[in-house]
Amino acid sequence: MDQKFIDAFLEGTIDVIKTMAFIETKPGKPYMKNDNAAVGDVSGIIGLTGAVIGSLALSFSEACILRIVSNMLGEEMTTLNHDIEDAVGEITNMASGGGRKILANGGLNIAAAIPTVVLGRNHSIQHVLGGPSIIIPCSTEDGPFVVDICLVERSK
Amino acid sequence: MGKNLNFLVVDDFATMRKVLRNLLKQSGHENVVEAEDGVSALQIIKTQKIDFIISDWHMPNMTGLELLKSIRADKEVSDTPFLMITAETVPDSIISALKAGVSSYIVKPFTAEVLSEKIAKIMEKMG
Repeated sequence: MDQKFIDAFLEGTIDVIKTMAFIETKPGKPYMKNDNAAVGDVSGIIGLTGAVIGSLALSFSEACILRIVSNMLGEEMTTLNHDIEDAVGEITNMASGGGRKILANGGLNIAAAIPTVVLGRNHSIQHVLGGPSIIIPCSTEDGPFVVDICLVERSK
Repeated sequence: MGKNLNFLVVDDFATMRKVLRNLLKQSGHENVVEAEDGVSALQIIKTQKIDFIISDWHMPNMTGLELLKSIRADKEVSDTPFLMITAETVPDSIISALKAGVSSYIVKPFTAEVLSEKIAKIMEKMG
């Protein structure tokens, strides 16, 4: 996978979390994941088509997403509920949009589907292409999340 | 400026409506009514005094663009300021919205400050 995709979707994700939740993110060293097990407690996944085929997933630890959504809503969230699910879907959608905008500036037009959210420990993430995927681990003051990308660029 | 404006926020995601309500509150705008889709929004507009509409683009039943066109076609509410929210900046879509009479658009994600500036600019243009 070309580095530009990792950079674009990571930047899109960091921007969303900073803008909407005022939280700084520190990305770590990417690694390859060969199974479908989600890293976090709640995940959003969105399919991508056009210049690429594949999917982007964001997987959050419970503590991390509760803080993010609390900041977004201006009220304290204490459990993984429907509001959290909605928010993860919207965050994934916005992160995808941000990344796609960066890639569009480089001539790559990518469309996104409606995101799906899976909630609960030990859930799995089914990427469009099956896998393996590239994980960028990210840390915040309130806990970790990962950006999980599995895509290929279509031949021209 | 315009702190007593009555806002209508239209989005099929309840959480996004809450986020918008929170952002508006940060900007000093407390009078907010919510609609979960364009159909509900039209019913609200007919029965309540709405000074400003903020709508998501992609919604089931009636898109933000379809809602905008319905409002601009209704003489009683056609001048209502309308801010479209979108997650992407596809030029054709933006042009469609501008042709349909959108007051402005705003791309997610955005801060309360950016939202407040957009609202202020729209209200200033209206005079």
